Amino acid sequence: MTTFADQPIEDQIAQWRTYLRRRQAVHGPDVEELEGHLRDQLAALTEAGLGADEAFLIAVKRMGNLDALSREFARAHSERLWKQLVVAPEADAPSNTSRTEMLVVSSLAVAAALAVKVPALFGVPLNPQAEVPPFYFRNASLFVLPLLTVYFLWKRGSNVASGLWLALAFATGAVLANIFPFRPGSDTQKLTALHLPIALWLAVGFAYVRSRWFDSGRMDFVRFSGELAIYYVLIALGGGVVTAFTFMMFSAIDMNPDWFVAGWLLPCGAAGALLIGSWLVEAKQSVIENMAPVLTRLFTPLFTVLLLAFLATMAWTGNPINVKREVLIGFDLLLAVVVGLVLYAASARDPHAQPDLFDGLQLLLVASALAVDVVALTAIAARISEFGFTPNRVAALGENLILLVNLAWTGWLYARFVSRRGSFASLERWQIAYLPVYSAWAALVVAVFPPIFSYR
Amino acid sequence: MNKDLVAASATPLVLAILAEGDSYGYAIIKRVAELSGGHLQWTDGMLYPVLHRLERQGYVAAKWSASESGRRRKYYRITKQGRAQLASQREQWKAVDGALRGIWMQACTV
Repeated sequence: MTTFADQPIEDQIAQWRTYLRRRQAVHGPDVEELEGHLRDQLAALTEAGLGADEAFLIAVKRMGNLDALSREFARAHSERLWKQLVVAPEADAPSNTSRTEMLVVSSLAVAAALAVKVPALFGVPLNPQAEVPPFYFRNASLFVLPLLTVYFLWKRGSNVASGLWLALAFATGAVLANIFPFRPGSDTQKLTALHLPIALWLAVGFAYVRSRWFDSGRMDFVRFSGELAIYYVLIALGGGVVTAFTFMMFSAIDMNPDWFVAGWLLPCGAAGALLIGSWLVEAKQSVIENMAPVLTRLFTPLFTVLLLAFLATMAWTGNPINVKREVLIGFDLLLAVVVGLVLYAASARDPHAQPDLFDGLQLLLVASALAVDVVALTAIAARISEFGFTPNRVAALGENLILLVNLAWTGWLYARFVSRRGSFASLERWQIAYLPVYSAWAALVVAVFPPIFSYR
Repeated sequence: MNKDLVAASATPLVLAILAEGDSYGYAIIKRVAELSGGHLQWTDGMLYPVLHRLERQGYVAAKWSASESGRRRKYYRITKQGRAQLASQREQWKAVDGALRGIWMQACTV
C-alpha cells in the first residue's frame, strides 16, 4: 500500500473513497481494505510504466461496479442489509411498487379486520355483555396469520406449490383447533389457544424467508418478529388512547360506546394492526431497526441482577418455591425472556467482533438463568410425582426442558466464545437451528394433548 | 468465462491459496491470475465479500497488521475448519473434473 506523492492521484482516491463510504453495506474497515487494494494496484500499474491517470482508470475499473460491489457486501453481511435496504434497486424494478404494496397491505388489513366479524354471521357473535366465546381464543391466530402469509407470499413472489403447502398447514391448524370436543373452561382448550399461534408462526416464517431458510434467512425472521412485537405494542398504545377518547366523548353525550369498542374497535383493530405492523417493519426498517438490540442491552443487566438476587435470597432464607400453576408459567416465561435477550443480542451483533464486557454479562445471565431453572425444575418434578400429570404441568415441563436444553448449550458455546476458543458464528447457528423446535413442540401440544388428557 | 463457474470456484481457490500461507486481498488476486495464466479474471472488489463470507463461516480468520508501507492491511489465515472445507470441496471438484475428463477423452478418441 503506497501513498502517492502525486497530489491529483491522492485527490482521486479520496473521491473514490467518498463514493464508497456512501454505500451503507460497506463499512469503514471494508473501505480501508478496498482502498488498500486500490493503492496496491495503482502502485503495480505505475511501476509497469502507466501514467497516473491511466493507472487510476484501470484500477477503478478492475475494482468493479460499486452498485454490484455493495450488493455483494450486503449479501455477505445480511445484518447490514437489514439495517439499510441498501441493495441498490435493480434497474428494471417498477417505481410504483411501494404504492401497490400499500394498497395490498391495507386491503389485507381490512380483510383481517372483517375476518374477525365473519363468525358472527354464523351465530358466534362477540357480545360485549357476555364473556368472549372460547371459539375466538382458539382461532385468534387463524384470523390474521394466513393473511400475513399471503402478504409475504405476494411480496416475495413465491410459487404456487409453496403457497399450497402453507395453506395446508393453516387448514390443519384450523381443523385441530375446532375438531376436539373440549369441555367448557378446560385446560387443554387454553393450551390450544396459547400454542397454535406459536406453531403457525413457523409457517409465516417460511413465507417470510422463502428460499433463504438455510441461509441467513431465519435470523432475519427473528429480527422481523422482534421489531413486529415492538411496533405492535406501539400501535396498541395508540389504540388504547383512541379507546379512552371514544369512551370519554360518547359518554359526554350520554351514549354508551361499549358495543362498538368491544365488538368492533378492539377485535378488528387488533387483527388489522398485525398486518400494518408487519408492513411497517418491512417498509421502515431503518426507523426502528435498532430498537430490539437497544432494549436487549438495557434489560440484560437488569435481568442478571434480578436472577442473582433471587438465587441469593433463596440461598439465604432457604424458602422453597411454592409451585402453583402461575409459578410454572412464570418460570417458563422467564426462560423465554432470557432466550429472547440472547437471541436479539446475537441478531444485532457483529459476528466478527471480539468478545467484550457485554458478552461476559450475557454469559452470567445465561448461567444464573440455568441455576434458577434447575431449582424450578426440581420443584415441578416434585409436584408431578406428588400430584400426578395434568395438561398444564406437562406442557410447562416440556417447554421448560426445551428452553433448558437451548440455554445449556448456549451457555457452553458462549463460554467457549468468551474464552476465545470458539466463534460467535457457532452460537448464532445453534440459536437459529433451534427455532423450529419451539413450533414443533407447540404443534405437538395442539395436536396430541387434548385427546391424551381427554379434553380436560 | 461463465459467471457461475467463476463464483463456484472462488471458495476453493481462495482457501487453497490461503493454505499455502497467510495472505491479503491484492496478493490473492495476483496469485489467482498467475495460477490461471490470466484466464480467470475476477472483478477485484468481488474478492472481499467472498473473504468476509468465509470469515463469517469460520473458514478463515482475519487480522489487521502493518504492511511494509506503514498503512495497515488485513491479513487472512485459513482455520482448521477451513482446511476441512477445502478437503471436501477438493473431493467434489475432483469428481466433476473426473467426469468431464472421462467424456472428453472419449470424444477425442472417437
